[in-house]
Amino acid sequence: MFVKQISVFLENKPGRLSEITRVLSEKNIDISAISIADTTQFGILRMIVNKPKEAVDAIKEAGFPVSTTDVLAVEVADRPGGLNNALQVLRQAGVSVEYLYSFIKRSEDKALILFRVEDPRKAVEALKSAGIKLYGSDEIASL
Amino acid sequence: MYWNKTRECMPREEIEAHQLHKLKETVDRVYHNVESYRHKMQQRGLLPEDIKSLEDLRILPFTTKQDLRDNYPTGLFASPLSEIIRIHASSGTTGKPTVVGYTRRDISNWAELVARCLVMGGGRRDSVVQVSYGYGLFTGGLGFHYGAEKLGAVVIPTSGGNTRRQVMLMKDLKTEILACTPSYALYIAETMNEMGIDRSELSLKTGIFGAEPWTENMRNEIQAKLGIKALDIYGLSEVIGPGVACECGEQEGLHIFEDYFIPEIIDPVTEEPLPPGEKGELVITTIDKEGLPVIRYRTRDITSINYEPCACGRTHARIEKLLGRTDDMLIIRGVNVFPSQIESVLMAAGETEPHYLLIVDRVDNLDSLEVWVEVSEKLFADEVRKLEDVRQKIASDIYTTLGISVNVKLVEPHTIERSEGKAKRVIDKRKM
Ligand SMILES: [Zn+2]
Repeated sequence: MFVKQISVFLENKPGRLSEITRVLSEKNIDISAISIADTTQFGILRMIVNKPKEAVDAIKEAGFPVSTTDVLAVEVADRPGGLNNALQVLRQAGVSVEYLYSFIKRSEDKALILFRVEDPRKAVEALKSAGIKLYGSDEIASL
Repeated sequence: MYWNKTRECMPREEIEAHQLHKLKETVDRVYHNVESYRHKMQQRGLLPEDIKSLEDLRILPFTTKQDLRDNYPTGLFASPLSEIIRIHASSGTTGKPTVVGYTRRDISNWAELVARCLVMGGGRRDSVVQVSYGYGLFTGGLGFHYGAEKLGAVVIPTSGGNTRRQVMLMKDLKTEILACTPSYALYIAETMNEMGIDRSELSLKTGIFGAEPWTENMRNEIQAKLGIKALDIYGLSEVIGPGVACECGEQEGLHIFEDYFIPEIIDPVTEEPLPPGEKGELVITTIDKEGLPVIRYRTRDITSINYEPCACGRTHARIEKLLGRTDDMLIIRGVNVFPSQIESVLMAAGETEPHYLLIVDRVDNLDSLEVWVEVSEKLFADEVRKLEDVRQKIASDIYTTLGISVNVKLVEPHTIERSEGKAKRVIDKRKM
Protein backbone atom coordinates (compact mmCIF):
# COMPACT_ATOMS: atom_id res chain seq x y z
CA MET A 1 0.00 0.00 0.00
CA PHE A 2 3.03 2.25 0.01
CA VAL A 3 4.55 4.20 -2.82
CA LYS A 4 8.33 4.56 -3.21
CA GLN A 5 9.46 8.15 -3.00
CA ILE A 6 12.92 9.22 -4.06
CA SER A 7 14.69 11.90 -2.02
CA VAL A 8 17.76 13.74 -3.23
CA PHE A 9 20.10 16.10 -1.42
CA LEU A 10 20.61 19.35 -3.34
CA GLU A 11 22.68 22.35 -2.53
CA ASN A 12 20.96 25.69 -2.89
CA LYS A 13 22.72 26.81 -6.00
CA PRO A 14 21.67 27.35 -9.58
CA GLY A 15 21.34 24.43 -11.95
CA ARG A 16 21.13 21.61 -9.43
CA LEU A 17 17.46 20.80 -9.93
CA SER A 18 17.75 20.91 -13.70
CA GLU A 19 20.68 18.53 -13.44
CA ILE A 20 18.37 15.96 -11.85
CA THR A 21 15.58 16.45 -14.37
CA ARG A 22 18.14 16.15 -17.18
CA VAL A 23 19.46 12.86 -15.80
CA LEU A 24 15.94 11.47 -15.48
CA SER A 25 14.72 12.55 -18.90
CA GLU A 26 17.80 10.95 -20.47
CA LYS A 27 16.64 7.65 -18.99
CA ASN A 28 13.07 8.30 -20.08
CA ILE A 29 11.88 8.40 -16.51
CA ASP A 30 8.59 10.14 -15.89
CA ILE A 31 8.08 12.29 -12.81
CA SER A 32 4.53 12.20 -11.49
CA ALA A 33 4.97 14.22 -8.31
CA ILE A 34 7.69 16.59 -7.15
CA SER A 35 8.35 18.79 -4.16
CA ILE A 36 11.32 20.62 -2.67
CA ALA A 37 11.86 21.31 1.00
CA ASP A 38 14.58 23.88 1.38
CA THR A 39 16.56 25.82 3.90
CA THR A 40 18.91 28.72 3.21
CA GLN A 41 21.71 26.22 2.63
CA PHE A 42 20.33 23.09 1.10
CA GLY A 43 17.20 21.44 -0.16
CA ILE A 44 15.65 18.01 -0.29
CA LEU A 45 14.04 17.12 -3.57
CA ARG A 46 11.25 14.55 -3.30
CA MET A 47 9.78 12.77 -6.28
CA ILE A 48 7.50 9.99 -7.36
CA VAL A 49 8.64 8.44 -10.63
CA ASN A 50 7.51 5.57 -12.82
CA LYS A 51 10.82 3.66 -12.57
CA PRO A 52 12.17 4.23 -9.04
CA LYS A 53 15.05 1.73 -9.18
CA GLU A 54 16.44 3.12 -12.43
CA ALA A 55 15.98 6.65 -11.16
CA VAL A 56 17.95 5.93 -7.99
CA ASP A 57 20.80 4.38 -9.98
CA ALA A 58 20.92 7.27 -12.43
CA ILE A 59 20.90 9.91 -9.68
CA LYS A 60 23.55 8.02 -7.73
CA GLU A 61 25.72 7.85 -10.79
CA ALA A 62 25.34 11.60 -11.23
CA GLY A 63 26.87 11.91 -7.76
CA PHE A 64 23.92 13.00 -5.61
CA PRO A 65 23.08 11.48 -2.23
CA VAL A 66 19.77 9.74 -2.70
CA SER A 67 17.42 7.62 -0.60
CA THR A 68 14.00 6.05 -0.92
CA THR A 69 11.14 6.45 1.49
CA ASP A 70 7.73 4.82 1.70
CA VAL A 71 4.92 7.34 1.43
CA LEU A 72 1.13 7.06 1.14
CA ALA A 73 -0.74 8.15 -1.98
CA VAL A 74 -4.14 9.24 -0.72
CA GLU A 75 -7.12 10.07 -2.87
CA VAL A 76 -9.12 13.10 -1.73
CA ALA A 77 -12.05 14.87 -3.28
CA ASP A 78 -10.91 17.87 -5.32
CA ARG A 79 -13.07 20.39 -3.47
CA PRO A 80 -12.85 22.46 -0.28
CA GLY A 81 -12.58 20.17 2.73
CA GLY A 82 -11.32 17.22 0.73
CA LEU A 83 -7.82 17.24 2.25
CA ASN A 84 -9.17 18.17 5.65
CA ASN A 85 -11.14 14.95 5.79
CA ALA A 86 -8.02 12.80 5.43
CA LEU A 87 -6.07 14.92 7.91
CA GLN A 88 -8.82 14.61 10.52
CA VAL A 89 -8.77 10.84 10.18
CA LEU A 90 -5.03 10.77 10.78
CA ARG A 91 -5.24 13.18 13.68
CA GLN A 92 -7.90 11.09 15.39
CA ALA A 93 -5.75 8.00 14.90
CA GLY A 94 -2.88 9.88 16.53
CA VAL A 95 -0.64 9.71 13.46
CA SER A 96 1.42 12.81 12.81
CA VAL A 97 2.22 13.96 9.31
CA GLU A 98 5.86 14.82 8.55
CA TYR A 99 5.06 16.45 5.22
CA LEU A 100 2.73 16.23 2.25
CA TYR A 101 2.54 17.36 -1.35
CA SER A 102 0.33 16.71 -4.32
CA PHE A 103 0.48 14.87 -7.61
CA ILE A 104 0.94 16.69 -10.85
CA LYS A 105 -1.70 14.55 -12.59
CA ARG A 106 -5.19 14.19 -11.26
CA SER A 107 -8.05 11.86 -12.05
CA GLU A 108 -11.40 13.50 -12.80
CA ASP A 109 -12.67 15.25 -9.67
CA LYS A 110 -10.16 13.56 -7.40
CA ALA A 111 -6.82 14.87 -6.22
CA LEU A 112 -3.93 12.65 -5.14
CA ILE A 113 -1.91 13.71 -2.13
CA LEU A 114 1.33 12.13 -0.95
CA PHE A 115 1.73 11.77 2.79
CA ARG A 116 4.84 11.01 4.73
CA VAL A 117 3.64 9.96 8.17
CA GLU A 118 5.29 8.91 11.38
CA ASP A 119 3.54 5.55 11.55
CA PRO A 120 2.62 4.37 8.04
CA ARG A 121 0.91 1.12 9.09
CA LYS A 122 -1.37 2.80 11.54
CA ALA A 123 -2.13 5.52 8.98
CA VAL A 124 -3.13 2.96 6.34
CA GLU A 125 -5.45 1.23 8.77
CA ALA A 126 -7.13 4.45 9.82
CA LEU A 127 -7.57 5.80 6.29
CA LYS A 128 -8.94 2.52 4.97
CA SER A 129 -11.46 2.09 7.72
CA ALA A 130 -12.64 5.65 7.03
CA GLY A 131 -13.26 4.57 3.43
CA ILE A 132 -10.46 6.67 1.98
CA LYS A 133 -8.80 5.21 -1.09
CA LEU A 134 -5.03 4.60 -1.16
CA TYR A 135 -3.11 4.03 -4.37
CA GLY A 136 -0.37 1.45 -4.79
CA SER A 137 2.69 1.71 -7.03
CA ASP A 138 0.98 -0.04 -9.95
CA GLU A 139 -2.03 2.22 -9.92
CA ILE A 140 0.23 5.27 -9.78
CA ALA A 141 2.20 4.00 -12.76
CA SER A 142 -0.95 3.50 -14.83
CA LEU A 143 -2.31 6.99 -14.18
CA MET B 1 55.73 -10.38 28.19
CA TYR B 2 58.54 -7.84 28.13
CA TRP B 3 61.87 -7.77 26.37
CA ASN B 4 63.56 -5.84 29.17
CA LYS B 5 61.32 -5.82 32.22
CA THR B 6 63.76 -3.91 34.44
CA ARG B 7 63.89 -1.00 32.05
CA GLU B 8 60.37 -1.09 30.62
CA CYS B 9 58.65 -1.30 34.01
CA MET B 10 60.95 1.05 35.95
CA PRO B 11 59.20 3.11 38.62
CA ARG B 12 58.80 6.79 37.66
CA GLU B 13 61.43 8.05 40.17
CA GLU B 14 63.99 5.66 38.72
CA ILE B 15 63.15 6.73 35.17
CA GLU B 16 63.66 10.34 36.15
CA ALA B 17 66.93 9.69 37.98
CA HIS B 18 68.18 7.75 34.98
CA GLN B 19 67.06 10.50 32.60
CA LEU B 20 68.81 13.25 34.55
CA HIS B 21 72.04 11.29 34.70
CA LYS B 22 71.96 10.51 30.96
CA LEU B 23 70.84 14.02 30.01
CA LYS B 24 73.85 15.54 31.77
CA GLU B 25 76.10 13.11 29.90
CA THR B 26 74.51 14.00 26.57
CA VAL B 27 74.68 17.75 27.05
CA ASP B 28 78.31 17.41 28.08
CA ARG B 29 78.97 15.30 25.00
CA VAL B 30 77.43 17.68 22.48
CA TYR B 31 78.97 20.73 24.15
CA HIS B 32 82.44 19.30 23.79
CA ASN B 33 82.08 17.47 20.48
CA VAL B 34 79.67 19.49 18.34
CA GLU B 35 80.55 23.03 17.32
CA SER B 36 76.95 23.99 16.52
CA TYR B 37 75.59 22.96 19.94
CA ARG B 38 78.46 24.60 21.77
CA HIS B 39 77.94 27.79 19.82
CA LYS B 40 74.20 27.88 20.55
CA MET B 41 74.77 27.26 24.26
CA GLN B 42 77.49 29.90 24.46
CA GLN B 43 75.16 32.41 22.85
CA ARG B 44 72.82 31.85 25.78
CA GLY B 45 75.63 31.81 28.30
CA LEU B 46 75.00 28.17 29.15
CA LEU B 47 77.45 25.56 30.35
CA PRO B 48 76.81 21.80 30.64
CA GLU B 49 76.93 22.17 34.46
CA ASP B 50 73.81 24.36 34.29
CA ILE B 51 71.73 21.24 33.81
CA LYS B 52 70.93 20.33 37.39
CA SER B 53 67.43 18.96 37.09
CA LEU B 54 65.16 17.57 34.37
CA GLU B 55 63.30 20.91 34.31
CA ASP B 56 66.55 22.55 33.22
CA LEU B 57 66.13 20.83 29.88
CA ARG B 58 63.90 23.79 29.03
CA ILE B 59 66.71 26.28 29.10
CA LEU B 60 68.41 24.50 26.20
CA PRO B 61 67.78 25.68 22.65
CA PHE B 62 65.70 23.60 20.24
CA THR B 63 67.15 21.66 17.33
CA THR B 64 65.30 21.64 14.01
CA LYS B 65 65.53 19.86 10.71
CA GLN B 66 67.06 23.07 9.38
CA ASP B 67 69.97 22.65 11.81
CA LEU B 68 70.62 19.23 10.28
CA ARG B 69 70.51 20.73 6.79
CA ASP B 70 72.76 23.64 7.76
CA ASN B 71 75.32 21.19 9.07
CA TYR B 72 75.06 18.79 6.15
CA PRO B 73 76.32 16.15 5.96
CA THR B 74 78.08 15.27 9.23
CA GLY B 75 78.42 18.57 11.08
CA LEU B 76 76.24 17.50 14.00
CA PHE B 77 77.93 14.14 14.55
CA ALA B 78 79.24 13.82 18.09
CA SER B 79 81.53 10.90 17.27
CA PRO B 80 84.53 10.81 14.95
CA LEU B 81 83.93 8.93 11.69
CA SER B 82 86.24 6.18 12.95
CA GLU B 83 83.50 5.24 15.40
CA ILE B 84 80.58 5.57 12.96
CA ILE B 85 79.61 2.23 11.42
CA ARG B 86 76.39 3.10 9.59
CA ILE B 87 74.76 5.98 7.75
CA HIS B 88 71.05 6.43 7.13
CA ALA B 89 69.41 9.37 5.43
CA SER B 90 65.90 10.72 5.20
CA SER B 91 64.62 11.53 1.79
CA GLY B 92 64.84 15.26 1.25
CA THR B 93 61.77 16.29 -0.69
CA THR B 94 63.47 19.62 -1.22
CA GLY B 95 67.23 19.81 -1.55
CA LYS B 96 69.65 17.76 0.51
CA PRO B 97 68.62 14.80 2.65
CA THR B 98 69.38 14.74 6.36
CA VAL B 99 72.20 12.36 7.16
CA VAL B 100 72.34 10.35 10.37
CA GLY B 101 75.38 8.44 11.69
CA TYR B 102 75.32 5.50 14.11
CA THR B 103 78.10 4.10 16.27
CA ARG B 104 78.25 0.39 17.09
CA ARG B 105 76.58 1.15 20.42
CA ASP B 106 73.81 3.16 18.68
CA ILE B 107 73.05 0.24 16.36
CA SER B 108 72.93 -2.10 19.34
CA ASN B 109 70.64 0.24 21.31
CA TRP B 110 68.36 0.67 18.34
CA ALA B 111 68.08 -3.12 18.00
CA GLU B 112 67.19 -3.26 21.72
CA LEU B 113 64.33 -0.79 21.15
CA VAL B 114 62.95 -2.62 18.12
CA ALA B 115 63.19 -5.92 20.03
CA ARG B 116 61.00 -4.35 22.74
CA CYS B 117 58.47 -3.36 20.05
CA LEU B 118 58.43 -6.86 18.59
CA VAL B 119 57.79 -8.36 22.02
CA MET B 120 54.92 -5.87 22.47
CA GLY B 121 53.50 -7.46 19.34
CA GLY B 122 53.85 -10.95 20.79
CA GLY B 123 57.26 -11.69 19.29
CA ARG B 124 59.42 -14.51 20.74
CA ARG B 125 62.69 -16.25 19.88
CA ASP B 126 60.89 -18.67 17.60
CA SER B 127 58.64 -16.11 15.86
CA VAL B 128 58.89 -15.63 12.12
CA VAL B 129 59.18 -11.93 11.34
CA GLN B 130 58.80 -10.61 7.81
CA VAL B 131 60.38 -7.22 7.24
CA SER B 132 58.66 -5.59 4.30
CA TYR B 133 59.94 -2.09 4.96
CA GLY B 134 62.41 -0.87 2.36
CA TYR B 135 66.06 -1.73 3.05
CA GLY B 136 68.63 0.96 2.35
CA LEU B 137 69.09 4.55 3.41
CA PHE B 138 65.58 4.49 4.86
CA THR B 139 65.67 3.30 8.48
CA GLY B 140 62.64 1.00 8.29
CA GLY B 141 64.15 -2.15 6.79
CA LEU B 142 67.50 -2.38 8.56
CA GLY B 143 66.07 -1.03 11.80
CA PHE B 144 63.56 -3.86 12.03
CA HIS B 145 66.05 -6.37 10.72
CA TYR B 146 68.55 -5.81 13.53
CA GLY B 147 65.80 -5.68 16.14
CA ALA B 148 64.32 -8.98 15.01
CA GLU B 149 67.76 -10.59 14.97
CA LYS B 150 68.42 -9.32 18.48
CA LEU B 151 65.18 -10.94 19.57
CA GLY B 152 66.41 -14.14 17.98
CA ALA B 153 63.43 -14.39 15.67
CA VAL B 154 63.51 -15.89 12.19
CA VAL B 155 63.90 -12.85 9.96
CA ILE B 156 62.61 -12.82 6.38
CA PRO B 157 64.14 -9.70 4.81
CA THR B 158 61.76 -9.34 1.88
CA SER B 159 62.00 -5.53 1.79
CA GLY B 160 59.24 -3.87 -0.27
CA GLY B 161 57.95 -4.98 -3.66
CA ASN B 162 57.28 -8.27 -5.46
CA THR B 163 54.16 -8.62 -3.39
CA ARG B 164 53.00 -11.97 -4.77
CA ARG B 165 56.26 -13.56 -3.71
CA GLN B 166 55.91 -11.87 -0.30
CA VAL B 167 52.50 -13.46 0.15
CA MET B 168 53.79 -16.86 -0.94
CA LEU B 169 56.67 -16.71 1.56
CA MET B 170 54.34 -15.42 4.24
CA LYS B 171 52.13 -18.44 3.75
CA ASP B 172 54.83 -21.09 3.29
CA LEU B 173 57.17 -19.91 6.06
CA LYS B 174 54.26 -19.19 8.42
CA THR B 175 55.11 -15.54 9.12
CA GLU B 176 53.61 -14.39 12.43
CA ILE B 177 54.71 -10.77 12.54
CA LEU B 178 54.63 -8.44 9.58
CA ALA B 179 56.51 -5.15 9.66
CA CYS B 180 55.74 -2.63 6.91
CA THR B 181 53.88 0.60 6.19
CA PRO B 182 50.12 0.44 6.83
CA SER B 183 49.36 1.19 3.20
CA TYR B 184 51.57 -1.68 2.09
CA ALA B 185 49.71 -3.96 4.52
CA LEU B 186 46.47 -3.09 2.73
CA TYR B 187 48.15 -3.73 -0.60
CA ILE B 188 49.26 -7.14 0.63
CA ALA B 189 45.66 -7.89 1.62
CA GLU B 190 44.48 -6.92 -1.87
CA THR B 191 47.14 -9.07 -3.49
CA MET B 192 46.09 -12.03 -1.34
CA ASN B 193 42.59 -11.52 -2.64
CA GLU B 194 43.78 -11.57 -6.24
CA MET B 195 45.81 -14.70 -5.57
CA GLY B 196 42.81 -16.38 -4.00
CA ILE B 197 44.56 -16.80 -0.65
CA ASP B 198 42.37 -16.53 2.40
CA ARG B 199 43.73 -15.02 5.59
CA SER B 200 42.99 -18.31 7.36
CA GLU B 201 45.76 -19.92 5.29
CA LEU B 202 48.28 -17.56 6.89
CA SER B 203 49.78 -17.68 10.39
CA LEU B 204 49.92 -13.88 10.79
CA LYS B 205 49.15 -12.62 14.29
CA THR B 206 50.50 -9.11 14.47
CA GLY B 207 51.46 -6.25 12.21
CA ILE B 208 53.80 -3.50 13.34
CA PHE B 209 53.09 -0.60 11.06
CA GLY B 210 54.59 2.85 10.81
CA ALA B 211 56.57 5.36 8.76
CA GLU B 212 53.39 7.15 7.65
CA PRO B 213 50.32 8.52 9.41
CA TRP B 214 47.28 6.25 9.47
CA THR B 215 43.83 6.53 10.97
CA GLU B 216 41.93 4.29 13.38
CA ASN B 217 39.75 3.49 10.44
CA MET B 218 42.64 2.16 8.44
CA ARG B 219 43.63 0.11 11.48
CA ASN B 220 40.19 -1.48 11.58
CA GLU B 221 40.36 -2.26 7.91
CA ILE B 222 43.79 -3.88 8.14
CA GLN B 223 42.81 -5.86 11.23
CA ALA B 224 39.69 -7.15 9.54
CA LYS B 225 41.31 -7.99 6.22
CA LEU B 226 44.40 -9.69 7.61
CA GLY B 227 42.84 -11.01 10.80
CA ILE B 228 45.63 -9.57 12.93
CA LYS B 229 46.32 -7.04 15.65
CA ALA B 230 47.77 -3.93 14.02
CA LEU B 231 50.17 -1.95 16.21
CA ASP B 232 51.46 1.52 15.51
CA ILE B 233 55.20 2.17 15.74
CA TYR B 234 56.72 5.63 15.73
CA GLY B 235 60.17 6.82 14.88
CA LEU B 236 62.13 9.25 12.82
CA SER B 237 65.60 8.89 11.43
CA GLU B 238 66.85 12.12 13.02
CA VAL B 239 66.14 10.57 16.42
CA ILE B 240 67.02 6.93 15.62
CA GLY B 241 64.46 5.37 13.28
CA PRO B 242 61.52 3.07 14.06
CA GLY B 243 61.38 2.16 17.75
CA VAL B 244 61.15 5.57 19.41
CA ALA B 245 57.66 4.60 20.56
CA CYS B 246 55.34 1.67 19.95
CA GLU B 247 51.90 0.48 20.94
CA CYS B 248 51.58 -2.44 23.32
CA GLY B 249 48.75 -4.94 22.98
CA GLU B 250 46.39 -2.52 24.76
CA GLN B 251 46.44 -0.25 21.69
CA GLU B 252 45.90 2.77 23.90
CA GLY B 253 48.80 4.94 22.90
CA LEU B 254 52.44 4.36 22.04
CA HIS B 255 54.96 3.80 24.84
CA ILE B 256 57.84 6.15 24.27
CA PHE B 257 61.05 4.59 25.57
CA GLU B 258 61.91 7.07 28.26
CA ASP B 259 65.20 5.46 29.17
CA TYR B 260 66.48 6.56 25.75
CA PHE B 261 64.40 9.63 24.97
CA ILE B 262 62.94 12.55 26.91
CA PRO B 263 59.69 13.66 25.31
CA GLU B 264 58.16 17.12 25.68
CA ILE B 265 54.96 18.49 24.23
CA ILE B 266 55.05 22.17 23.34
CA ASP B 267 52.82 24.71 21.73
CA PRO B 268 54.42 24.94 18.29
CA VAL B 269 53.88 28.68 18.11
CA THR B 270 54.66 29.98 21.60
CA GLU B 271 57.12 27.11 22.24
CA GLU B 272 55.75 26.87 25.77
CA PRO B 273 55.49 23.40 27.35
CA LEU B 274 51.99 21.92 27.48
CA PRO B 275 50.58 19.73 30.27
CA PRO B 276 49.86 16.00 29.78
CA GLY B 277 46.76 15.37 27.67
CA GLU B 278 47.08 18.54 25.63
CA LYS B 279 47.88 18.29 21.98
CA GLY B 280 50.99 19.94 20.70
CA GLU B 281 54.28 19.33 18.97
CA LEU B 282 56.40 16.43 20.13
CA VAL B 283 59.95 17.43 21.03
CA ILE B 284 62.51 14.71 21.67
CA THR B 285 65.88 14.72 23.37
CA THR B 286 68.00 11.60 22.90
CA ILE B 287 69.88 10.67 26.07
CA ASP B 288 71.71 7.54 25.02
CA LYS B 289 72.98 8.24 21.56
CA GLU B 290 76.58 8.70 20.46
CA GLY B 291 76.70 9.31 16.70
CA LEU B 292 74.02 11.95 16.36
CA PRO B 293 72.50 13.00 19.67
CA VAL B 294 69.73 15.57 19.34
CA ILE B 295 68.73 18.08 21.99
CA ARG B 296 65.08 19.14 22.02
CA TYR B 297 64.49 18.06 18.45
CA ARG B 298 61.33 19.59 16.95
CA THR B 299 59.62 16.59 15.31
CA ARG B 300 56.75 18.70 13.88
CA ASP B 301 54.52 15.77 14.77
CA ILE B 302 51.37 16.50 16.74
CA THR B 303 50.37 14.33 19.66
CA SER B 304 49.67 14.45 23.39
CA ILE B 305 51.38 12.60 26.23
CA ASN B 306 49.89 10.43 28.93
CA TYR B 307 51.75 9.42 32.12
CA GLU B 308 48.93 7.27 33.53
CA PRO B 309 49.94 3.67 34.21
CA CYS B 310 49.19 1.27 31.36
CA ALA B 311 47.37 -2.02 31.83
CA CYS B 312 50.32 -3.83 30.23
CA GLY B 313 52.54 -2.97 33.19
CA ARG B 314 55.02 -0.79 31.32
CA THR B 315 55.73 2.49 33.06
CA HIS B 316 56.97 4.51 30.12
CA ALA B 317 54.64 7.35 29.12
CA ARG B 318 52.40 6.94 26.12
CA ILE B 319 51.95 9.31 23.22
CA GLU B 320 48.66 9.45 21.38
CA LYS B 321 48.50 8.04 17.85
CA LEU B 322 50.02 10.78 15.74
CA LEU B 323 47.48 13.44 14.80
CA GLY B 324 49.22 15.25 11.98
CA ARG B 325 52.03 17.67 11.37
CA THR B 326 52.51 21.16 12.73
CA ASP B 327 52.68 22.29 9.12
CA ASP B 328 48.94 21.55 8.88
CA MET B 329 48.07 23.51 12.00
CA LEU B 330 45.69 26.46 11.88
CA ILE B 331 45.36 29.09 14.56
CA ILE B 332 41.78 30.22 14.86
CA ARG B 333 40.93 32.83 17.48
CA GLY B 334 44.08 31.79 19.28
CA VAL B 335 43.16 28.10 19.34
CA ASN B 336 45.40 25.57 17.64
CA VAL B 337 43.33 23.49 15.24
CA PHE B 338 44.45 20.45 13.29
CA PRO B 339 42.43 19.23 10.31
CA SER B 340 42.81 15.70 11.70
CA GLN B 341 40.80 16.71 14.78
CA ILE B 342 37.89 17.78 12.59
CA GLU B 343 38.28 14.54 10.68
CA SER B 344 37.94 12.54 13.91
CA VAL B 345 34.74 14.38 14.75
CA LEU B 346 33.29 13.57 11.33
CA MET B 347 34.32 9.96 11.68
CA ALA B 348 32.59 9.80 15.03
CA ALA B 349 29.50 11.17 13.28
CA GLY B 350 29.46 8.02 11.17
CA GLU B 351 31.53 9.07 8.21
CA THR B 352 33.97 6.36 7.20
CA GLU B 353 35.89 8.51 4.76
CA PRO B 354 34.90 12.09 5.40
CA HIS B 355 35.40 14.66 2.69
CA TYR B 356 35.58 18.09 4.19
CA LEU B 357 37.03 21.50 3.62
CA LEU B 358 37.96 24.09 6.21
CA ILE B 359 37.50 27.67 5.13
CA VAL B 360 39.16 30.16 7.42
CA ASP B 361 38.43 33.83 7.05
CA ARG B 362 38.66 37.03 9.03
CA VAL B 363 35.53 39.11 9.28
CA ASP B 364 35.67 42.36 11.30
CA ASN B 365 39.00 41.28 12.79
CA LEU B 366 37.52 38.03 14.03
CA ASP B 367 38.56 34.66 12.68
CA SER B 368 35.79 32.50 11.34
CA LEU B 369 35.85 28.85 10.46
CA GLU B 370 33.42 27.27 8.07
CA VAL B 371 33.45 23.51 7.73
CA TRP B 372 32.13 22.10 4.48
CA VAL B 373 31.08 18.51 4.74
CA GLU B 374 30.13 16.44 1.74
CA VAL B 375 26.83 14.68 2.37
CA SER B 376 27.28 10.97 1.85
CA GLU B 377 24.49 8.40 1.56
CA LYS B 378 25.14 7.69 5.21
CA LEU B 379 24.60 11.26 6.39
CA PHE B 380 21.68 11.94 4.11
CA ALA B 381 18.17 11.87 5.54
CA ASP B 382 14.88 12.58 3.86
CA GLU B 383 13.87 15.20 6.41
CA VAL B 384 15.13 18.75 6.77
CA ARG B 385 14.97 18.46 10.53
CA LYS B 386 17.23 15.41 10.55
CA LEU B 387 19.77 17.05 8.26
CA GLU B 388 19.74 20.14 10.47
CA ASP B 389 20.37 17.84 13.43
CA VAL B 390 23.37 16.33 11.63
CA ARG B 391 24.70 19.80 10.94
CA GLN B 392 24.27 20.98 14.49
CA LYS B 393 25.65 17.77 15.96
CA ILE B 394 28.85 18.17 13.94
CA ALA B 395 29.15 21.81 14.98
CA SER B 396 28.61 21.04 18.65
CA ASP B 397 31.02 18.08 18.57
CA ILE B 398 33.66 20.35 17.07
CA TYR B 399 32.92 22.89 19.78
CA THR B 400 33.33 20.22 22.46
CA THR B 401 36.58 18.95 20.95
CA LEU B 402 38.23 22.20 19.96
CA GLY B 403 36.43 24.86 21.95
CA ILE B 404 35.64 26.97 18.91
CA SER B 405 32.31 27.59 17.27
CA VAL B 406 32.15 26.83 13.58
CA ASN B 407 29.59 27.08 10.85
CA VAL B 408 28.94 23.70 9.26
CA LYS B 409 27.76 23.67 5.69
CA LEU B 410 26.45 20.51 4.06
CA VAL B 411 27.48 20.25 0.43
CA GLU B 412 26.94 17.80 -2.39
CA PRO B 413 29.50 15.05 -2.94
CA HIS B 414 32.47 15.96 -5.15
CA THR B 415 32.05 19.64 -4.37
CA ILE B 416 35.44 19.62 -2.69
CA GLU B 417 38.30 19.68 -5.12
CA ARG B 418 40.56 16.66 -5.16
CA SER B 419 44.03 16.77 -6.57
CA GLU B 420 45.57 13.39 -7.38
CA GLY B 421 42.97 11.67 -5.27
CA LYS B 422 43.95 13.66 -2.21
CA ALA B 423 41.55 16.32 -1.11
CA LYS B 424 42.59 19.84 -0.33
CA ARG B 425 41.60 20.35 3.30
CA VAL B 426 42.12 24.01 4.04
CA ILE B 427 41.50 27.34 2.38
CA ASP B 428 42.88 30.13 4.51
CA LYS B 429 41.51 33.37 3.12
CA ARG B 430 43.33 35.37 5.80
CA LYS B 431 46.57 34.85 3.93
CA MET B 432 45.20 35.93 0.59
ZN1 LIG C 1 51.06 -0.61 27.55
